[in-house]
Amino acid sequence: MSMSVTARIAPTRRGPASWPALLWTAPALCFYALFALFPLLVALYLSFTNWNGIAQAAWVGPANWLHFFSDPLTLHAVGLTIEMMILTWVLQTPLSLLLGVFMAGQQRYRAVLSVFYFLPLLFSTVAIGITWVSILDPNFGLINVTLRAVGLSSWARGWLGDPSLAFYVVAIVIAWQFIPFHSLLYMTGARQIPRELYDVAELDGAGRLRKFFSITLPQLKYTIITSSIFMLTGSLTYFDLIWVMTGGGPGYATRILPLHMYITAFVNEQVGYGSVIALVLAASGIALSLLLLRVTGFLRMSSQLEGL
Amino acid sequence: MQQRRLSRRDFLQTTGAASLAALLSGCFGVGGQSGGSSNSQSIVVWDISNGNDQKLIQDITARFNQTHSSIHAIVQFFQNDPYKQKLQVAMGAHQPPDIFFGWGGGILKSYIDAGDVYDLTPDLNADPAWRDRFLPSSLGAATFNNHIYGIPNDGVQPVVFLYNKDIFAKYKLSLPQTWGDLLNLVKTVKQQGLQPIALGGASKWTYLMYEMYLVDRLGGPQVFDAIMANQPNAWSNPAIIKANTMIQDLVAAGAFGSGFASVSYDTGQASALLYTGKAAMHLMGTWDFGTITNDDPAFIQQGKLGWFPFPAVEGGVGDPSNLTGVPCNYYSVAKTSKAIQACVTYLKDAVLNDEAVDRRIALGEIPPVKGIENKLSNAPHSDWLLFVYRLVQKAAHFQLAWDQALPPQPAQALLTNLDQLFLRQISPQQFSTNMNQTIGT
Repeated sequence: MSMSVTARIAPTRRGPASWPALLWTAPALCFYALFALFPLLVALYLSFTNWNGIAQAAWVGPANWLHFFSDPLTLHAVGLTIEMMILTWVLQTPLSLLLGVFMAGQQRYRAVLSVFYFLPLLFSTVAIGITWVSILDPNFGLINVTLRAVGLSSWARGWLGDPSLAFYVVAIVIAWQFIPFHSLLYMTGARQIPRELYDVAELDGAGRLRKFFSITLPQLKYTIITSSIFMLTGSLTYFDLIWVMTGGGPGYATRILPLHMYITAFVNEQVGYGSVIALVLAASGIALSLLLLRVTGFLRMSSQLEGL
Repeated sequence: MQQRRLSRRDFLQTTGAASLAALLSGCFGVGGQSGGSSNSQSIVVWDISNGNDQKLIQDITARFNQTHSSIHAIVQFFQNDPYKQKLQVAMGAHQPPDIFFGWGGGILKSYIDAGDVYDLTPDLNADPAWRDRFLPSSLGAATFNNHIYGIPNDGVQPVVFLYNKDIFAKYKLSLPQTWGDLLNLVKTVKQQGLQPIALGGASKWTYLMYEMYLVDRLGGPQVFDAIMANQPNAWSNPAIIKANTMIQDLVAAGAFGSGFASVSYDTGQASALLYTGKAAMHLMGTWDFGTITNDDPAFIQQGKLGWFPFPAVEGGVGDPSNLTGVPCNYYSVAKTSKAIQACVTYLKDAVLNDEAVDRRIALGEIPPVKGIENKLSNAPHSDWLLFVYRLVQKAAHFQLAWDQALPPQPAQALLTNLDQLFLRQISPQQFSTNMNQTIGT
């Protein structure tokens, strides 16, 4: 029986019978080749040229690549991007985890509250950016007006105009936008945890905190990994919100690498150098995901539910 | 954002296809006509006007075609951003339209250097009445080595100080004649707990107005000319260092409040500071008159808006009558055009002719044409229009905004470095060092 099964499977792996499989994946493959691989190769070619996007591209060899590793602006952007990754993770993970676990529960008003938490997920990024710019406006914005009204004028700031503050303000708005998404992940994760585990723990006399740290958190291990990969690789593509809110300013205070890539390639019309930055971003994104998967043992996908 | 870029590209493609079709049909049209009885020459004009301005150009062109049986002008309209690229592509391929809309400055210069633009100087000299029709300072951004490559086609928009008359009256303030006067004014207004000058720093190009005026007042137009000529270390000119020091002193004196870097001009907050009485003055292009008219019509109707030119700077060698801003937009003729004389006739007879001037004044624009004081004084808000007109009339030099004049990368570096300069993150010396690195790139 088992012989015949392998015998039936084996030919489909290399023989002519694999043609239908190839045929069926062809549209997806073509799509991928056309819209992912091909542009990537073009970007690779462009990274060895100087091109303003219109005139003839001029071959300059590795000059753009060498420039990448010596350009203080780019290195500053790399540093900011790493800072943004860490800040994103530290801000968003604990909050999303708690919110997600809360929403997975059975409390009253849970559904109503959840709707409010999810709202930012439904807004367009540009709308979020413009709204927050108005809220943060130093003269007419809601925050400063409120602070002045309650006698805390000294707390009022030019939130997005202060080079030492702008980066953190932007990180908080990004968190505001994305925490609902990660909460959703944690909520579904927490709902998957079998009720029995908690029942047994209660019999053993475990309290609320103990149950959270000994059952919920370990059971959510893979959700945490998934969510972290989204957050960390997401930091490599944050662009729209920052572009709308600060344009990378004041000065270079919020110019993280994806933004730097856009400004270089499309505003400064240095498409060749911009391609270098884009390729570095793509490579770091892939490397980071692979690293996380390997380090955390995500790929082994060992069961968390043994014995149940 | 990505979606917007996509749709823009789509737009570019569709307009490209449409104009190609139009061009082709234009060619066939000419062929057909020349085979027939009439021997009219067809010329294609590219423009980016919209709304009332577009209607005006269509009407003027229709009238031109009626009165000139031998010429048939077709105007094609594009949106601002796609147009810049479209023109660049057409120029790169040496297939521009007969007449193209432009901003003068660095972009026009690059087309001239590539040998693509027709020199209008002989035609203007052959017809002194036409040449002398325009205010001299308005031709500056289209003049290179004393050759003129563009004819003004709309209104002038210099940068001036706007002020809140209520605040000036309440504290008995007088208009500043010199930079020293302005500094005193800043001190007085600040003591009253108000913000002396509104500044929309988040828009960045707003910083440039102070830089351009102070450098011009201190060192004259040749300081920036040296930068445009790619002279090494041109940004280290003492006039630039001095101007930047003065800017940082002004910031330190609290002239712009503390949150100026997060105030946006583009979304109207900077203008609002002036008409809500939170700030006393605002240095801005004359287009801000239109912004205030939209946002707070009562402020204008009740005569609360005042204005004065950028003050003279003590010890500066620049002419205090000089202006910066948007001198004008221009029509230029492509050298490849097969009907250059027909194009010149169109520029002479249709562009900013008497009818166009009247209609532009009615739209609140100020065409850079001599001898229109009477027309302006009969228009609504004539005091404002005449103030601006006379400034341009008197101006020895009208500097095009530097970020328009420079190539994209130095222009962007300039705006970011100004941002850091105003925030006092870098010193005037560092500013010059950073900007010197962009020369010749």
